[in-house]
Amino acid sequence: MKLKTLALLAGGATVLASCATGPGGTHREAVRLMQRDFKPVGIAGMDRLKQDELQAACNKYNNDPPKEAADKLQKAQYATVKWPADGKLLGNWKEGEKIAQRGRGMAWNDKPGKTSRGEPNGGSCYNCHQIGPATTSFGTIGPSLYQFGKLRGYGQDIQRYAYAKIYNAKAYVACSEMPRFGHSGTLTEQQMKDLAALLMDPASPVNQ
Amino acid sequence: MRHVLMVGLAAALAAAPWLTASAQTEDEINAEFEKFRAVLEQDNPAELWEVKGEGLWKTPRGPKNASLEKCDLGLGPGVVKGAYAQMPRYFADVDRVMDAEARIVHCMITLQGFKYEDLAKAPFSSATRTPDPVSIVTYVAAQSAGMKLAPSQSHPKEKEAYALGKEIFFFRGGPWDFSCASCHGLEGKKRIRTQLLPNFADPATAIAAVQAWPGYRMTGGVMHSLQWRLSDCFRQQRLPKPDYASETLSLLMTYLTVNASGHVYKGPGIKR
Repeated sequence: MKLKTLALLAGGATVLASCATGPGGTHREAVRLMQRDFKPVGIAGMDRLKQDELQAACNKYNNDPPKEAADKLQKAQYATVKWPADGKLLGNWKEGEKIAQRGRGMAWNDKPGKTSRGEPNGGSCYNCHQIGPATTSFGTIGPSLYQFGKLRGYGQDIQRYAYAKIYNAKAYVACSEMPRFGHSGTLTEQQMKDLAALLMDPASPVNQ
Repeated sequence: MRHVLMVGLAAALAAAPWLTASAQTEDEINAEFEKFRAVLEQDNPAELWEVKGEGLWKTPRGPKNASLEKCDLGLGPGVVKGAYAQMPRYFADVDRVMDAEARIVHCMITLQGFKYEDLAKAPFSSATRTPDPVSIVTYVAAQSAGMKLAPSQSHPKEKEAYALGKEIFFFRGGPWDFSCASCHGLEGKKRIRTQLLPNFADPATAIAAVQAWPGYRMTGGVMHSLQWRLSDCFRQQRLPKPDYASETLSLLMTYLTVNASGHVYKGPGIKR
């Protein structure tokens, strides 16, 4: 009995040791250390270090999942999109422009749904995208969205694409660097409608 | 020095492209900023903290009334010259890899009798206060100016630290799914707003992660170290907060610095 226990323990230790040296083991050890060394601050709780299925898969595949895995992940992410109950996908582009400019929210000193200054969360859109022609200080991590509707058309299918992409970017590109603004609870339904309008309203400066 | 700085600031602000409405190209904006930085670097305010840090290093302080001159930064007790360029490195006495500031904090605790809790309470600079470890690490870093970065990778724990640091760099988490690589692992000259984003996973550009840190940051006019910079990156990633001088930060610094190996470290600098 005692020998058996020892043998089991030794076996377990071998498994642990081999895990710690394999690529998955290094990942697990890094996560363990981060969970030990990080502390929650305000709304940024420790749950944020627990990867969901998508985050874990993107790490596992170095952000380049094989097609079959990507299709499966994207389908699951698309299923998270909550469509507006009133069926309207486009709000006010002027409000959308403000949300696109604002880059704050969701960090240590921010409040639920609000920035530390009491403004609604921003979408940080200009951080990565060219959008309206008046703003030249745009980032280039994401593609240009200038003339988004003018180039693609203003139809219902493109409206749905714009709304769903903002709600959950991973519904279309599994390991996109773009946040899932609806799924993460960063933006409200109205804010996402306003952003969709910024891209899709024919009167928006984006489409001039 | 203050005066020179103010004149430099006024001159640069008068021509500050980000305050005008004219549509300049991003390259022009970056070139203007580089000119601004060059003007300031002729008389780098970081030198103020370097001098202060040297005094703190050599003066007997703390409950044990000891100086830091017996602190081993990896090249033997008291050897400061060249130590920063070879960190992070493995230290047998703590059986882990430490970056320069974490090691200084360790020495302040073990040699001088300071308490970690006190040092970690408000570890980053404000407009009115610079914590002692920030001044000390500025002094230590200055003693490696002009040297090639050569963090050791000979000990198994140093190799492991690099692998773990890489995992931390690529770890995707939080509400926005960000990793360090979301901004600093991108190929091509990508920008966030107008700010160029060097790729720290690429040995050709990884030097940007460590160059000019510790640095005098023009935003707020304060001296900051890499400890602050990495902590602030995690804030921007929307993750919780890493403990000051924690192992996680040493591991991440190991990944960044090893990637930058062979590049010449210019010493404490100036940051935007």
